[in-house]
Amino acid sequence: MKCRVCREPAVIALRRHNANFCSDHFLRYCRQQVDRVIDDYDMFAPGERLLVAVSGGKDSLAVWDILRELGYAADGLYVGLGIDDYSDVSLSFVTDFVSRHGLELTIVDLADSYGFDVPSAAEATGRVPCSACGLSKRHVFDKAAVDGGYDAVVTGHNLDDEAAVLYGNVMRWQVDYLGRQRPLLEARDGFPRKAKPLVRLTERETAAYCVLRGIDYQVEECPMAIGNKHLGFKEALNLLEDRSPGSKAEFYFGYLKRVVDRFTDFEDRGSLGTCPSCGSPTDAETCAFCRLVSRTAGHSQPVAFTTRNEATVRQH
Amino acid sequence: MKVLLRNPSREIEIPGPMSVTKLLRKLDLNRESVLVIGSGTLIPADSMLADDAEIEIRPVISGG
Repeated sequence: MKCRVCREPAVIALRRHNANFCSDHFLRYCRQQVDRVIDDYDMFAPGERLLVAVSGGKDSLAVWDILRELGYAADGLYVGLGIDDYSDVSLSFVTDFVSRHGLELTIVDLADSYGFDVPSAAEATGRVPCSACGLSKRHVFDKAAVDGGYDAVVTGHNLDDEAAVLYGNVMRWQVDYLGRQRPLLEARDGFPRKAKPLVRLTERETAAYCVLRGIDYQVEECPMAIGNKHLGFKEALNLLEDRSPGSKAEFYFGYLKRVVDRFTDFEDRGSLGTCPSCGSPTDAETCAFCRLVSRTAGHSQPVAFTTRNEATVRQH
Repeated sequence: MKVLLRNPSREIEIPGPMSVTKLLRKLDLNRESVLVIGSGTLIPADSMLADDAEIEIRPVISGG
């Protein structure tokens, strides 16, 4: 198996591109794919400050590394979710990366800052943990970006993530969600700009990027996410991908090219007020996150982080 | 060969030599959902794995 570019021995085959790459040319391919997304969607202007939502997993560390390699000024934000040892280990991968590259990281710990963690929120609300987790992370990312004067929040959503969400939204015909499933959401009504520069890379490619770059990341699955619907959608799409390479990309990019604009009118663009508790934009009297905080009062469990680089980490 | 599997982490022994493609088929793993790693780098699908090889088969799907 030879590299498509240099004919040296290849380390990875990308069947969807009918191409094999050596390590150097695969890393260059990944950077080119990210650069292309940034360019196609005018995601960032030169000199803008970016805030990367980083979890310790392959995607967020890969996007932070690639943005750095491409010359963007990007800081990190980690949200302590309080999911037993899983959160401690995840944070250690983030702080190792930060130390290695001399980056700036802010940590917001849910238990310290808001008095609950994800397991206790799931118990208090009676809903799946991923629901409270997603709501909390979105709130913390948005608030940190606005308060910190960042120009955009960057997330590590990859092609598999986006194809799986699209599949789920189509299965349930969630037309209001379909209208806003784009790689770039502009800032509006007090929400920061949100960008997903990894959408041209599959999960297998971001994992391969980390291996070849020597980036250690949290390989184990979140114990709260095991068996969730999102994972099931990804497995189903990978069965199709195995039989017909390129299916996920055709599904997602075909949607962006030919369909998404048809759903714009379904987006809920009602006027937003301000949450009296936290000041965030909301379409309700109190925002969903503050309602979650209120419901979880008294359910918090103490969380102790043991791995932290105090020189580069700000605790909020 | 020694094969490290994840989620949860565990090690199994498989007799070699065997190609990566055949190993994944034997373990009923989708090649789109895993990477095969040895000595800190990727092992391509057409490689032959020796009987004394030590490899990791790393899942790449995450549910967050």
